[in-house]
Amino acid sequence: MDGPSCHESDACRLATRERAEHLRRERLARPAIFVGTGTCGLGAGAGRVLDAVRGWLVREKVEADVIEVGCVGLCTSEPLVDVQLPGRTRLAYGPVTEDKVGGLLATALAGTAATDGLLGQYRPLAKNAEGAPSAAPPLEPWPGIAYLDEHPFLAPQTRRVLANCGVIDPSNIDEYIAGGGYRALAAALRTHTPGELCELIEKSGLRGRGGGGFPTGRKWKFALDAVNEQKYLICNADEGDPGAFMDRAVIEGDPHRLLEGIALAAYAIGASKAYVYIRAEYPLAIRRLAAAIGQAQAAGLLGGNILDSGFNLQVAMKQGAGAFVCGEETALIASIEGRRGMPRPRPPFPAVRGLFDKPTVINNVETLANVPAIIRNGPQWFAAVGTPTAKGTKVFALSGNVRRTGLVEVAMGTTLRKIVFDIGGGIAGGKGYKAVQIGGPSGGCIPAEHLDVQVDYESLQAVGAMMGSGGLVVMDETTCMVDVAKFFMDFIHRESCGKCIPCREGTRRMLEILQCITRGRKSETGMEALQRFQGVMYLARLAEIIKDTSLCGLGQAAPNPVLSTLRHFRSEYEAHIYERRCPAGVCRELLSYRIDADKCKGCTVCASKCTAGAIMGASKSPHYIIPDKCIGCGACREACKFEAVQVA
Amino acid sequence: MIAADIEMILQKHAGARRDALIPILQEVQSSHGHLSRDAIIRVGRHLGLPASKVYGVATFYNQFRFRAPGKFHVQVCRGTACHVKGSARVLDAGVRALGIKPGETTRDGLFSLEVVACLGACGLAPVLAVNGEFHAGVSPDAVRRILDGCREKAEADGQTR
Repeated sequence: MDGPSCHESDACRLATRERAEHLRRERLARPAIFVGTGTCGLGAGAGRVLDAVRGWLVREKVEADVIEVGCVGLCTSEPLVDVQLPGRTRLAYGPVTEDKVGGLLATALAGTAATDGLLGQYRPLAKNAEGAPSAAPPLEPWPGIAYLDEHPFLAPQTRRVLANCGVIDPSNIDEYIAGGGYRALAAALRTHTPGELCELIEKSGLRGRGGGGFPTGRKWKFALDAVNEQKYLICNADEGDPGAFMDRAVIEGDPHRLLEGIALAAYAIGASKAYVYIRAEYPLAIRRLAAAIGQAQAAGLLGGNILDSGFNLQVAMKQGAGAFVCGEETALIASIEGRRGMPRPRPPFPAVRGLFDKPTVINNVETLANVPAIIRNGPQWFAAVGTPTAKGTKVFALSGNVRRTGLVEVAMGTTLRKIVFDIGGGIAGGKGYKAVQIGGPSGGCIPAEHLDVQVDYESLQAVGAMMGSGGLVVMDETTCMVDVAKFFMDFIHRESCGKCIPCREGTRRMLEILQCITRGRKSETGMEALQRFQGVMYLARLAEIIKDTSLCGLGQAAPNPVLSTLRHFRSEYEAHIYERRCPAGVCRELLSYRIDADKCKGCTVCASKCTAGAIMGASKSPHYIIPDKCIGCGACREACKFEAVQVA
Repeated sequence: MIAADIEMILQKHAGARRDALIPILQEVQSSHGHLSRDAIIRVGRHLGLPASKVYGVATFYNQFRFRAPGKFHVQVCRGTACHVKGSARVLDAGVRALGIKPGETTRDGLFSLEVVACLGACGLAPVLAVNGEFHAGVSPDAVRRILDGCREKAEADGQTR
């Protein structure tokens, strides 16, 4: 429809309603093909799939809309392609490689639902975004095809923050608005004072989703009560935890939800400027968010005198520069100010004196993305889901040795077992479950006996872990827990800002001890062996000191992975220390490789791959590995087709 | 001319203060691939900061490079999920294939290698990126194929000697 619309004439109202129905895809004029081009999708080849789709449409002279969407979160099924015919429900397919595109489109556009790679069909909505029954004729479901929300990955999920991801076009603000977006902001600016907004959020029980779990409403109130003409809201999109990609998916897939949350938060605390601090490693998210900010400004939803309310808000983006510590509040502020990202002691807290010494609230992406729905549906709606101390849903990034990796949003209080085994489908490759690492470098590992722990802040702390930002890495029997502890310690000591001694020196000492434990015995002197034992006995005490005396959260939580693995996997540590053995077969220097003479066919492939010249043997005779020369790289084991190379 | 490029970037930030330091450095690196000594001094002069302060900030952050990267900048992700899925082997394969260690550039200027803490595509671990283009589920064998693909591309562009 052309020209502005109004509420005066029936014809105009009808046209507006039909346009909204079209944007919500309740009514299509022609077929629509959706391709998931988030970072994960592109990594799996979605760019080529998109080109193949466009190419096919041109060649076959078919008129259809091609829409790029974000990640729906089914990583193992990427690239994802959805097809929706006018009058029918939307079908989801994945993985769709570029060679499958032609066949899929030809079948689908002819009116048949192809079954190869079919994940399910979208359920027609009973109510539209306004809560009224949709006026458009209902979309006809495909007979005999499961609904997408029944897919084992999606069925146990409660998708609220992720509701639009992978569904709508993130670069089109109209789609967000047609689905009910920016209503909360409009209502809040018209009918609520900032104080009332803080009250609503506090009543909802929303706690910070970045890992700290601090009650959001209470933090907002501190800033609202601070008296100053200039206040700031900062959105922490640094997402530094390795293994976490929830925030990236939200920004790429539904950036306007985040912007609406930012606007509501800024209004609630009295901030006229907001910064989104986003990590440089997320170039696509940066582009999508920048575009969304531009669109919101053009629509008068950001900028001066928003919706005639007198509320002004400028939103600027600042890119991180690759420092994990800048996920910490005061370090993040220092980074925005153009300084080295070194934390400072608190009090004063940022809510009282923060960025440029002004009252500042820093909220995580997911925290802010929850806000619009809470304001629209009310705090009771939010609090109805979850546990007494942890309300609402949490988005997790499930990765590692599971069958189905991806984005998982569940009600607080869901068990880890459900997430890993029901949603994730259990361990891939028929191996045994070992642990799930939760909370990133500040978190811990949960062994099998604690799989029924409920996902909420306090329950996880009780088993020696922490919620963190939502990264969940599943580990199977081929993972060595001492190696995992060493991996985290290596990461943390490099990311330590260096300001305080406990963290700067302590993390290095802990790393050295772990390196000692995993070092080969061959070249070890008596002195080194003594140091190894000394170090190990000191490990727990050292951890306590670092926890108690570090300046900021990075140092205070740095020993957690070590303490957690010591607590739940002590026997593995003992095997490394006393028996000089790595049970999982990971720590290279502790592995002895030998060739089983019965299985060896003398094909000499292993000898040719050996870079250390450690394998000897004549062709067609069993080969032999010289222990002193072997560097433990495992190339021979990978190369052997007869499984003759044994490692212990 | 490099100095002229830097001046163009600085002109966009006329009258800027300290809080523009990191964005300016990011733009300079985006344009040249790294931060040269000359760039650091010019940026410092523009913001009224001694070069030592600029270096202090630039060296704090992992993103900033002080040596020119290769034509193909290879980033190997060593995040938790990638580690669990074997990224150490992927990195080894890269080091073996290129003959350089992370942080270095090959003699012919074609490749540079960098380890990144996390690229955020954990569902598709192990991940490798070449000039910002992501490759998912990379095996050690696939590394060689990806690098060969880059070499072919360079040859097609007439870049190799």
